[in-house]
This record gives sequence, structure tokens and C-alpha cells, in this order.
Amino acid sequence: MTATANRSDTIDKHAATLADLEKHFGSGVFTCSNFLDQTRIHVSADRAFEILARLKNSLGFSMLVELGGVDYLGYPQRSRPRYEIVYIVLNLDTTERLIVRATLADHPSPEIASVVPLWPGANWMEREVYDMYGIRFIGHPDLRRILMPEEFTAFPLRKDYPLRGRGERHNFTRIARSDS
Amino acid sequence: MAVEAEGNHAPEILTNLPGVGVGSGEALEPPPNTFITRAEDVIDYCVNYGRKYSLWPMPFATACCGIELMAVGASRFDIARFGAEVMRFSPRQCDLLIVAGRVVMKMLPVLQRIWLQMPEPKWCISMGACASTGGIFDTYAVVQGVDRFIPVDAYIPGCPPRPEQILRSILDLQGKIQRGGSLNGTALPEMVAYEKSLEAKRHALAAGKTTLERGDEERYGYRLPGGQAQIGGGESL
Repeated sequence: MTATANRSDTIDKHAATLADLEKHFGSGVFTCSNFLDQTRIHVSADRAFEILARLKNSLGFSMLVELGGVDYLGYPQRSRPRYEIVYIVLNLDTTERLIVRATLADHPSPEIASVVPLWPGANWMEREVYDMYGIRFIGHPDLRRILMPEEFTAFPLRKDYPLRGRGERHNFTRIARSDS
Repeated sequence: MAVEAEGNHAPEILTNLPGVGVGSGEALEPPPNTFITRAEDVIDYCVNYGRKYSLWPMPFATACCGIELMAVGASRFDIARFGAEVMRFSPRQCDLLIVAGRVVMKMLPVLQRIWLQMPEPKWCISMGACASTGGIFDTYAVVQGVDRFIPVDAYIPGCPPRPEQILRSILDLQGKIQRGGSLNGTALPEMVAYEKSLEAKRHALAAGKTTLERGDEERYGYRLPGGQAQIGGGESL
């Protein structure tokens, strides 16, 4: 079986889902692309929640497999906005797996609607994305840092944050032998 | 033994101390390197002897160094041969902190608290490349050497170190305890002075809110804001 045949199989597998989305939202809301047999739906951040809600409530994608963030600052030949939130959703009945990528423009504090109302399991994943990228999830019940210390002020996975930090790792008091 | 003059039958003293062995009939100089010159020194010697053969380690194992530390406790290497087998997991019962593994900025206050909770006299071994220098983890969250924030008596190189190296550091630490400890103190006097100077230097460096970094950011890849990571330090850095 050739790679082309594989790709067409994948498109066929998602045909019903994509047709439903197309019918429901019309054209221009989202675009689709294929990469390595994976179908991805690109949507802007302000419409992402509607797409995901449709997938969850009407199309049977009951499981949120993964939620992550990407910062494409300085990425070669990049035409879309700087940030992306990647949702991987799974239909447990048909084992259909879709990738939804929501794009966010470059902003000091980007915002997107939280999907915790759809999948409660997104709670900690959105907290991690907020911790690393500073993307605020509107409607999140408890948007705090989850990995970094609470007094940390930067968002370390942003590409404009230096790899070695800004001295936060050494901003502690020193205990000498005479102090202890 | 040197040939003495005829008729001079000075008693021959068998010792390895310098200046004692050659009896010439004159008053002997007190040997410079003996510890038995004062009564307190006798007490210190005995106290140090007891301390160095009864170290109770507190294993602060955060990474793969901890696995090697476990091997040291097992029968093949057997840290019990050196009197340091009583690992306790409460700092209140320990006098030797073994920092085995990388320490991140979220963990460092915990490490400092554990060090402060340990009763005097106490010592610290920084085990492995990560605990001593940060190792390969030169990132925003990993502390580049725990000796920046707590006193360290012995460093072990390696990634992770061989168990023999840990035993070697225990032996070195025992020598340090025997030489430098006293009834009331734990460190060599010159180490105390050195730590004070180091502390003054570090406090001088800490200008403003954050301490300065080591200053070698350009030696390795360093991602500048918005720019590409560079290997080896480009001219534009």
C-alpha cells in the first residue's frame, strides 16, 4: 500500500465528521490539512470552542487525549499566528482521532476559551499550558501555575525566554556554615 | 639510624615522628605535627574519631545518583565497612547530607530546610555532576551547584559516580573530620574563613533582585530573545 493510499484512507475515515462540521459551521471557519496520516483542523482561537463542543456533544468525541501548546516564534516559513493550542480528541466508539489546532495571535497575555466544561480532564493540561506559555483560559475554574513555583513570573517555554532563565534559579539566600 | 659518636649511649627512640628519633642527650623539641599537645586536643581527637566512624547519612536522592547510592549500601560495596550505613530519612537523626542528583529551584528551599533541620555537627557531600555544577541541565530551573546555597564538604565527580567514588569521598570526609573538627565546631578553620570570604563575594554579586549568572552564557548555545540559538558563541552575541 502506498503512502497516497494511506492518506486517502485517512481522509475517508474522517469524511463524515468533516462534512458535519462543514455543514454546521459553513466554510471559512476552519481549514483541514493532512500530515503523516493525521488529519488536522485549523481554527482561530475565538471559534475553537464551538468546534470542540460540536465534536464532543454531537459527533461522539468523548475523550480529550491531549492538550498542549506551541510557540512558533521565529519558525521558518510560518504563515499562521504565533501560538497554537493543540487538542487531540478521540471518538471511543469509532476510534476516530482528530487533531484540532487553535491559533492565537502574538500578545503578552493571549486568551482562549477553556474546554474544562467539555472535558474536565483538561483542567491540569490547561494549567500546564498557562504555566509554560502564559496563555489564559477563560472559564477555567482554577487557573494557577502547576509546575513552576508560584513566585515565578515568566513563562519559560516561550521562545523569547532565554534557555538559562533570567537568574530565577539562583535567586535564593545562601546558607553558610556559620548560619546553620 | 645515624651512627652516633663513640661513648654516647643515648636511648634510641623508635618513632616515626620527625625530630624525635635521634637521641643526642639534649632536650627534644616537641614534634610539630603531633596532636597531643593540649588536653583539649586529646578530647577533640577522641570526639573526631567517634564522629568519623559513625556518620549517619541523609540521602537526598533526586536522580540516578540515588541508584548508585543504593548500591553503596548493598553488600558488594557495603558502606557499613566505614561506619556510615545507618541511613535515616529524617534529617533530625542525620549528620551527613548526601545530595545525589539535580536540584531544581522548587526543590532548593526544601534542601535548605533539611540542612537546617540536621543537628550539629553535620557535613555535606555533593554527589555527581548535577549536584555539584548542574551537569548537563543548564536550564532556567536547575540550580547550578548546590554549593551556592548550602555548605559542601566533599564533591564527587561523575555522572553518576561509581560506588567506589562514594566510598572514597566518605574516607576523605573522615580525614577532614579527624583533622578539622573540634568539640564545638565541624569545619577546618581555613574552611570557615574561606566560606566567609565566599559569602561576602556572593553577597556583593547579588545586586538587585536576582544574582548574576556565571557569565559563560556565550560559551554554549544561548537563545537570545527572538533569535536563533547559537553554538559556540557567535560574534553577534
